[in-house]
Amino acid sequence: MIRSVQKFFFNRSSRRATIAIIVFLLFWEICSRSLGWFGFQVPWIGKIPAPSAVITAWIPLLSDSGYWLSWYLSAKRVFTGFLVAMILGIPFGLLLAINRTAYGIMFPTFEVLRPIPPLAWVPAAIIFWPTAEMSIAFVTFLGAFYTIVINVLGGAQSIDQRFFQAARSMGSSQWDIFKRIVLPATVPSIAVGASVGMGITWEVVVAAEMISGGGSDGGGKGGGLGFFIWDSYLGGSYQQIVVGMISIGIAGYLSSSLIRALGDHFSKWTRR
Amino acid sequence: MNESIKANPNMGRGQISIDNVVKIYDPDGAAVMAVDHCSLEIAAGEICMIVGPSGCGKTTLLNAIAGFHSINSGSITMDGQMLCGPGKPQATPGSDRIVVFQNGALFPWKNVLDNMMFGPVMAGKMGIKEIKEKAFSMMADAGLSGTENNFPGELSSGVRRRVEIVRALMNDPSVLLLDEPYRALDSLTKSVMHEALLDIYYKNKVTIFFITHDLQEALFLGNKVAIMTSRPCKPKKVLTVDIPYPRSYRVVTDQRFRDLMEETSELVHEEAKKSFAAGEREG
Repeated sequence: MIRSVQKFFFNRSSRRATIAIIVFLLFWEICSRSLGWFGFQVPWIGKIPAPSAVITAWIPLLSDSGYWLSWYLSAKRVFTGFLVAMILGIPFGLLLAINRTAYGIMFPTFEVLRPIPPLAWVPAAIIFWPTAEMSIAFVTFLGAFYTIVINVLGGAQSIDQRFFQAARSMGSSQWDIFKRIVLPATVPSIAVGASVGMGITWEVVVAAEMISGGGSDGGGKGGGLGFFIWDSYLGGSYQQIVVGMISIGIAGYLSSSLIRALGDHFSKWTRR
Repeated sequence: MNESIKANPNMGRGQISIDNVVKIYDPDGAAVMAVDHCSLEIAAGEICMIVGPSGCGKTTLLNAIAGFHSINSGSITMDGQMLCGPGKPQATPGSDRIVVFQNGALFPWKNVLDNMMFGPVMAGKMGIKEIKEKAFSMMADAGLSGTENNFPGELSSGVRRRVEIVRALMNDPSVLLLDEPYRALDSLTKSVMHEALLDIYYKNKVTIFFITHDLQEALFLGNKVAIMTSRPCKPKKVLTVDIPYPRSYRVVTDQRFRDLMEETSELVHEEAKKSFAAGEREG
């Protein structure tokens, strides 16, 4: 443990990253305070609250249960949408890959629906689903679903013919081939689809929360990090907008790392 | 034959008769004859080398034996049983005929041990423990001990080839069908692989049907060498290499080997030129 912490701090790339972040924060701080310090405002970035002001606004929030509830609500929506997308998307992608008839019937419709951005679904989703919560979950699900299906389909279709021939000559049944060839060979593509899909769900959930007023959970007042940002904007608390944005960055990074770690774990063999 | 070569349970299995086989590919109505009335006898326990230019239709013949492709007429029998022929254009793939592919077909998501065990597990005739023991003993025989936990991607291409041949042998096949397995290897690795293959052959005495475009490889390994015409493919000359096994790499400098090279290289060269002129590529 101590060794790995040491390694992190003495490692060249993490040292670079740390320095880059510090330089960036300093630059931001100076630009934000330019009006007071130098008498002129740096365009664009000069209007944004300085990092020190953001941190000052952040500290009281850390002990505010409403802030953490926003984290919880957004994460819950992301993971619900994402998991449902995995549960439906993986079998659907595999079905399209192994069954010509299913492919012929369903793929054209799928391809027409796919380019519709999930956010374009928000009004329709609000009409379809009885609660705002379900509309948000649905839109989040759509964000990950298409990416996962396309990756699974592509992965399963590009399996080399030799593997099937080899398996067949060693006496594999159709089911064996599916279970022992198609599935494991598709795992790396599933992992790619999942990590891209996870990124999209965060983008989508935040926008959906802003549009739909934060859903019905959170004690009727709505919530989620997207709503938190929107609410801060309406309330004129610009520091909190930035707090919300950075929170989403951190949340997205953590969930992507988790998905990547899981993906790496299940596709060890692709690392040479 | 050398006396050090033990009698083997495989003896007497894997005799193949290819009789007047014709294969026509018909992409977009343009009939291309890949194999033209090809006949060839391969004795049980023999190494039969099929030499011909790239794209001459050798692989078509191999796919017909393996059961990956159909034939249009003629028949192929193994040990008296018809694999494909009148009324049955395509053979059923089976573990008595295992292919070792040109680009390798080890399952990259399984480690070496699981790859080894795949065939016998599918066959379901032995318990897992027995299969594992067999895998370890065959790997030890082939000098592959210690690789069992590696994924194929972690091994050199030479080692991967050896693993794949041993995986094939795990199925107790009557015949091994090798499709230019050493094509991608450099010539030094190749000569090591040749000796290793012969070593495996001495121990298992399985019939080997080996496709190559490398004449020296054919003469070094084979005890029967069939030089094929360029497309359509059929034997132009079949010769027996009367150099006794076991052979070491030094054989290639022997007078007898050089005579055989001289005798055959003209034939091969002729076909290569024809194939080049016809613009044939893969096949």
